[in-house]
Amino acid sequence: MLLRSLLAMFIILQGGCAGTTEDNVPEQTLYHQLGGMPGIDRIVAGLLWEIAEDSRILPLFTKTNITRFQEKLAEQLCDIADGPCTYTGDTMKEAHRRLAVTPAQFNNLVDGLIRVMEREGISVGAQNALLQRLALMHGDIVFS
Amino acid sequence: MSFPYNQGHWLCVLALLAAQVVHADSKLLATGGASGIEGQAGGGIVPWAVISGYGDFGEWGGATALTRVNLPDFQLDVSSFSIAFDNRFEFSASRQELEVKPLGLTINQQVLAVKVRLGGDLIYTSLPQLSLGMQHKRNRDMAVPMALGTDKDSSTDVYLAGSKLWLNGLMGRNVFANLTLRLTEAHQAGLLGFADGYQLQAEASTGIFLNRHWIVGAEYRQKPDRLASVNEDDWLDVFVGWFPSKRFSLVLAWSDLGDIAGLADQDGLYLSLQLSQ
Repeated sequence: MLLRSLLAMFIILQGGCAGTTEDNVPEQTLYHQLGGMPGIDRIVAGLLWEIAEDSRILPLFTKTNITRFQEKLAEQLCDIADGPCTYTGDTMKEAHRRLAVTPAQFNNLVDGLIRVMEREGISVGAQNALLQRLALMHGDIVFS
Repeated sequence: MSFPYNQGHWLCVLALLAAQVVHADSKLLATGGASGIEGQAGGGIVPWAVISGYGDFGEWGGATALTRVNLPDFQLDVSSFSIAFDNRFEFSASRQELEVKPLGLTINQQVLAVKVRLGGDLIYTSLPQLSLGMQHKRNRDMAVPMALGTDKDSSTDVYLAGSKLWLNGLMGRNVFANLTLRLTEAHQAGLLGFADGYQLQAEASTGIFLNRHWIVGAEYRQKPDRLASVNEDDWLDVFVGWFPSKRFSLVLAWSDLGDIAGLADQDGLYLSLQLSQ
């Protein structure tokens, strides 16, 4: 509960303002379909709420620096969506090495992400394109 | 042998699942498939490699379904339930009642089935999800099959299925495909009895998710044609599946089942309602 409140506080304080650069990227990129950096920030903030609400995956974040996580995740989504960012965080393998993430937990997070994207009005095509790119990380994230 | 099946039974199973397994629905929407006429997770006429319900690794899941296929001279009613564990093992039971309208009689068949996921994952591995399944069928009303020339009333189908979902597969939509190879002795899926000796048959399903709740697709099931007295045709259907939630889904299809027991052009509506956990 405490963790949940802290997480909520972080989201509110941050107000979704992870680092962004110029938006001089071609119109048709996934980055634009996700609403550019403001859209991605809203998705990440929404996802943090989803995590806070989900007792199955919340325990994975007990040792997570939420500010850094929010920043790096936004940067990563921007990067893989062909936006003007370069992901500078840990590799997915390093970041999840000690967590023993189960396949079920991976899907729980995907479910949360889908709910957020639907709330944000992201098109079906853009949702699927982002999920396709994230799905490639499954092997590095899930403990096997 | 009596059959461990009645409506109270599956309500119990579902209640048990619901009570004991809170949050055991980690698989993504629609990835438990629908319930086919032989009771297993799949399309309507083709069993898929997917495991029924929404239980992921370490979780229980399952489904129960009522299905009706209304044809010019027949009506097939199927009630089925399945339980699954670990997104790996699936056990199912179903009862099929085929009403033969011109004769005013009904052919009953029971199917007990098991499916094991051998490897791969529907979404996350480049290898498709592969499953091995068996369907033990027992036909309880052999009058019609005997009149058509067979007295064998039970047999076990064995199949290997591969299923794959491509995220963003076509025009931004997720695309599903399944291929199933079946060894069978059955005439008309067992409803007209069985032959001696197995034949290999190929079956396929494909569909495209318009969004995560709606899928449209088609299925094909190759069939043997081994009764001398009557023709048997391959089966086809086109379907729309609606998955409003992980608890409920509905499949509506147009099925073309060809000649059945000497009655030509048996095509008609297929409707299936599924509750799942």
